[in-house]
Amino acid sequence: MMADSFSISEKMSGRRKFLVAATSVAGGVAGAAIATPFLLSMMPSERAKAAGAPVEVDISKLEPGMLLMVEWRGRVVWILSRTPEMLETLGKLEDELADPNSDKNQQPEYAKNRTRSIKPEILVTEGICTHLGCSPVFRKDIAPADLGPDWLGGFFCPCHGSKFDLAGRVYKHVPAPTNMVVPPHVYLSDSRLLIGSESEGSA
Amino acid sequence: MSNLFNSMIEWIDKRFPLTSNWKAHLSEYYAPKNFNFWYFFGSLALLVLVNQLITGIFLTMNYKPDASQAFASVEYIMRDVDYGWLIRYMHSTGASMFFVVVYLHMFRGMLYGSYRKPRELLWLVGMCIFFVLMALAFTGYILPWGQMSYWGAQVIVSMFGAIPVIGDTLQQWLLGDFTLSDAALNRFFAYHVVTLPLVLLVLVFVHILALHETGSNNPDGIEIKENKNSSTGIPVDGIPFHPYYTVKDIVGVVVFLFVFCGIIFFAPEMGGYFLEYNNFIPANTLQTPDHIAPVWYFTPYYSMLRAVTVNFLGIEAKLWGVILMAGSVMIFCLLPWLDRSPVKSVRYKGPYFKIALTLFVISFFVLGWLGTKSPTPLYTLLAQIFTVIYFAFFILMPWYSKIDKTKPEPKRLQE
Repeated sequence: MMADSFSISEKMSGRRKFLVAATSVAGGVAGAAIATPFLLSMMPSERAKAAGAPVEVDISKLEPGMLLMVEWRGRVVWILSRTPEMLETLGKLEDELADPNSDKNQQPEYAKNRTRSIKPEILVTEGICTHLGCSPVFRKDIAPADLGPDWLGGFFCPCHGSKFDLAGRVYKHVPAPTNMVVPPHVYLSDSRLLIGSESEGSA
Repeated sequence: MSNLFNSMIEWIDKRFPLTSNWKAHLSEYYAPKNFNFWYFFGSLALLVLVNQLITGIFLTMNYKPDASQAFASVEYIMRDVDYGWLIRYMHSTGASMFFVVVYLHMFRGMLYGSYRKPRELLWLVGMCIFFVLMALAFTGYILPWGQMSYWGAQVIVSMFGAIPVIGDTLQQWLLGDFTLSDAALNRFFAYHVVTLPLVLLVLVFVHILALHETGSNNPDGIEIKENKNSSTGIPVDGIPFHPYYTVKDIVGVVVFLFVFCGIIFFAPEMGGYFLEYNNFIPANTLQTPDHIAPVWYFTPYYSMLRAVTVNFLGIEAKLWGVILMAGSVMIFCLLPWLDRSPVKSVRYKGPYFKIALTLFVISFFVLGWLGTKSPTPLYTLLAQIFTVIYFAFFILMPWYSKIDKTKPEPKRLQE
């Protein structure tokens, strides 16, 4: 049976071969065309695209050393008020960090500095590990048993063990490749912070 | 009465190949006569498949694939639906037991060289079944929308984001949103209850067709078709699958059901290994649980995912982790071509293969255990060592299986 059908194809005239090939190509194009709307229907919908409005946060009650969590576009954003002692640790760790100067594009221009922030004491960052999207734990305790004597406070990801300092900068030799993402943000006043936008007008 | 029955069969046979298929696949399908304990797990996998299909259908009658209702609907099934708890525990225990029997089924293949020529395609179809099973387990685990559902899915979907260039777009396409949300839950439900079960059923059908084309391997790893009775054409070492192996498999089913029911009624959570405690907390998008680990059947691969902590060969550690994790599962597909031993079965293979297989099994268990633990520097080092052993089993196989000192295969099956 099989051998017969193969020998038939050998006996096909040039005209028939051309017609079979042309029909196959046309069928393939039609298949790809009909697949397109189905595949595109799986992209984020118009409603999902519209849901990314900026979030305004009142930070007047944020005490030094305190971490505030807010939700923006379904992601957790951290607002950490760092004490002077916490800020001091940032300079001590730079040999152990993968990207201490924030050279990789993980933050807006105005946060590309040692503290990775607009105001030195206030850190605004997405609380999402750059490895596989878990939310790291804020570990401000110094030299705890599980993180070793050199730990000066920072963020530890329980999923795969990535470590970040108090500016969201990633340590060397951990699974996460880059520093945490600083979202676009702007201070509307001393106590009002807008996350997700860089100007008051677009709020 | 029997006349009526016979004429009915005759009527059907003229319109549908009933008797010929019954003979070809059951009453005159000749299987080697020396099947042992390891040969229970194929039919048990079929049993669990039926269990998953039936309990799954009943669960969909009360489950709601909506991020705001999913968790509550599962609790509703557990508390308010008559026997809902039983049906759900049958389904969740069935998921874990599916992996137990499939892992044992695959290990049988490795013991007796069932992947070797002429059964390469049979092995590859089996691997496809394993991949679909993993996808089913993953999509199913998301549905209760608890903390582990949410953060487990977050990790797995983020792995696609590690793929260079197309990663971000691919991730959005998979999620249907910019983050893991209702859109993703709804579509994973569609995959779990329609797409993947259909694909699985077709693959299982093809797997059995391929098996019945080549015939079953056996603990001696020799071909019974090479020694046929000259007058009947039946393999002299073969016995008809029905009734001999149908009856034997029923014994396996009875023992299996004892274990299965024991788990359902006395330890459905299995100490947090079958149903994780953190998944009894509704998904919280702002906070990852302090300790997250996948369900036990994924932990070996999960250990390898997080074992790489340095960039090398110009590839980021994160992408390496994803490559190793995918590679650790896919590499089974290459077994038919990696094994260069002149014999199939472990019974006639030499010490190198036995040592290598033992080390592989140890590394699989150690990696599995490490995957349930929080990472510490010591555990990460252990994971790295055992990841190397895991891959060495496969990569060095062409070498050690060739130089190994094998015993001669017998001509006939051994009693």
